[in-house]
Amino acid sequence: MQPILEIRNLCMDFGGLRAIDTLDLHIGQGEIVALIGPNGAGKTTVFNCLTGIYKPSGGEMLARSPKTGEARRLNGLKPNQVTENGLARTFQNIRLFGSMTVLENIMIGRHCRTSAGISGAIVRNRATREEEKRIVQDSYDVLKKIGLARYVNEYAKNLPYGAQRRLEIARAMATDPFLLLLDEPAAGMNPQETDELNELIIGIREEAGITIFLIEHDMKLVMSLSDRIYVVDYGKKIAEGRPEEIKRNPAVIKAYLGEEVDA
Amino acid sequence: MTLGEIKKSLLAAAWFMFLTFPIMVIKVNTIQKTVEWHWERLLYVAVGGFVFSFLWRYFLRRKQGGRRPAAPVETDEPEAVPAFQRLIHDRRFAMPALVVLGLFVLVFPYLFSMYQVNIMTTALIYVVTGLGLNVVVGVAGLLHLGYAAFYAVGAYTYALLNLHFGVSFWLALPIGAALGSVFAVILGFPVLRLRGDYLAIVTLGFGEIIRLVLENWNDFSYGPSGIANIPRPKFFWFDFSLEQSAVFIYFLMLAMVLLTVFVTNRLKDSRIGRAWIALREDEVACQAMGIDIARTKLSAFVMGSAWAGMAGVVFAAKTTFINPASFTLWESIVILCIVVLGGMGSILGVILGALVLILLPEYLRAFSEYRMLIFGVVLVVMMVFRPGGILSEVRRTYLFKEGLSKDGSLS
Repeated sequence: MQPILEIRNLCMDFGGLRAIDTLDLHIGQGEIVALIGPNGAGKTTVFNCLTGIYKPSGGEMLARSPKTGEARRLNGLKPNQVTENGLARTFQNIRLFGSMTVLENIMIGRHCRTSAGISGAIVRNRATREEEKRIVQDSYDVLKKIGLARYVNEYAKNLPYGAQRRLEIARAMATDPFLLLLDEPAAGMNPQETDELNELIIGIREEAGITIFLIEHDMKLVMSLSDRIYVVDYGKKIAEGRPEEIKRNPAVIKAYLGEEVDA
Repeated sequence: MTLGEIKKSLLAAAWFMFLTFPIMVIKVNTIQKTVEWHWERLLYVAVGGFVFSFLWRYFLRRKQGGRRPAAPVETDEPEAVPAFQRLIHDRRFAMPALVVLGLFVLVFPYLFSMYQVNIMTTALIYVVTGLGLNVVVGVAGLLHLGYAAFYAVGAYTYALLNLHFGVSFWLALPIGAALGSVFAVILGFPVLRLRGDYLAIVTLGFGEIIRLVLENWNDFSYGPSGIANIPRPKFFWFDFSLEQSAVFIYFLMLAMVLLTVFVTNRLKDSRIGRAWIALREDEVACQAMGIDIARTKLSAFVMGSAWAGMAGVVFAAKTTFINPASFTLWESIVILCIVVLGGMGSILGVILGALVLILLPEYLRAFSEYRMLIFGVVLVVMMVFRPGGILSEVRRTYLFKEGLSKDGSLS
């Protein structure tokens, strides 16, 4: 089967600094793939290139929708166009719409799948009313699926930390993606919350059939969750493979623990 | 009241005495060329400053005590909202209050003098511009310091079209709104990628450009001497007397306020309205969630400026004389203050803000010398104690009748 995401020779330069160096990567439908590496290795930069926040200096990024089988080049797309194409992301530092309610945060996710405009909103014709009803219902369904239904009318900023992280995932889910990009979803979570997150991510893959690409520092989570792992250091891919292979890979151990120096 | 607090207040009082010394104590009599020393005033300032600093600290403490803990906690109780705000959302109170208010507003021009009616009409014009700017600044979070320019576009649209082509008020109204929108697009395109302070600077510049063009392009806008004898609006073929005309414009403005409230209220909880708020909350996340921020920003600009254009037409018709001096930066700032003081994003708040900021100075004519001082103090005090404005924005809540959901909690 053809991969749903393919990255070939991706490069990203910031001035003289090469943040990503000829990175190759592919993800198949239904996989959970992790991208790991020490701090500053360029992991989030990969996400930012994929989602159109940065313009990569070189390389190709292709997304293939599993529904239509149609391949789309991601280079040069704006972030909102990337999302429309079926890639949704969360952020490392939580970026919720704090003064909006939890439900409204999800409803924003439905924005790109709906079409009502200003005149529709003012006249409130039947099509707009029905679309609005559908947005509310769909959003509520997502909330229930993620287990946040009891917070429905709370302001997002008042949610406990773990729930905020989940809400970010829920909001991304609401855009109907086929590939979900999670940037350190477990950051700052306690062990129990991390376990719940683990279940949630597996649930998303099993029930919604969404492929998951995640950046994570929590090795326990990464090893138990991922089908495959990519390891980057200084923007270069240093290893790829199944979790047990990665655990034993000397290059990975060196990158994380440093090299032994002979005295 | 500890010794430390007294010490602090004494210090504050001394500081106030020092600051106000030149304006409060020294008075130069320019006719007799003598200097009068009002030392007793220094005492007033000292006492005032001392008491004020205590009050300040008291209210500050109360505000901090009343706030919810900073760390998010799981509670089932709704967020604590001020009593006044709760009252407004209580239907049993809101409905009768609305009826009384409606009746008062309808009989207002027959109860009060023409002077009062004129002031109220001005305030209503500011309500409309305030609500328009609220879409841009309050809802979409785009700091716009050149709003008066769009107001000027509307006013000059009517004045010039009438002067050259005899276009009537009623036709000028939609044209003014349309031209306001066109100028918004012209301004909008270059500033789409800017945010925050940069956007503020560019809009400020744009506002000044429009004003300077109007001031200097004599052949087009008649320069600083302005355009006079702009006809008041007619109602079909009725010719109003001056007094009737004032009443008519009052009702016209009232209708426009209702229309503005209706439209902005509908937009507030629509797909576009939510996108505007998301834009204000976090531009990066907003775009990552699939919202085209360029289009969203532009639509907010256009929507807000259309109201300014319309209000400008009414302004020109009301005053029958316009010149560029009516559309200075100060005007933009007053409208911005209305939005910020009233409550960003809150429709009722902005209406209250406009009434307070426009009517108070009119009724405080007795203290006209201290008007700016009071204005400044009110702004500072408001921003310290109620940074959300008079009424802060309250988001809509949705009810789902499903009973218990999977996670065992009420949904």
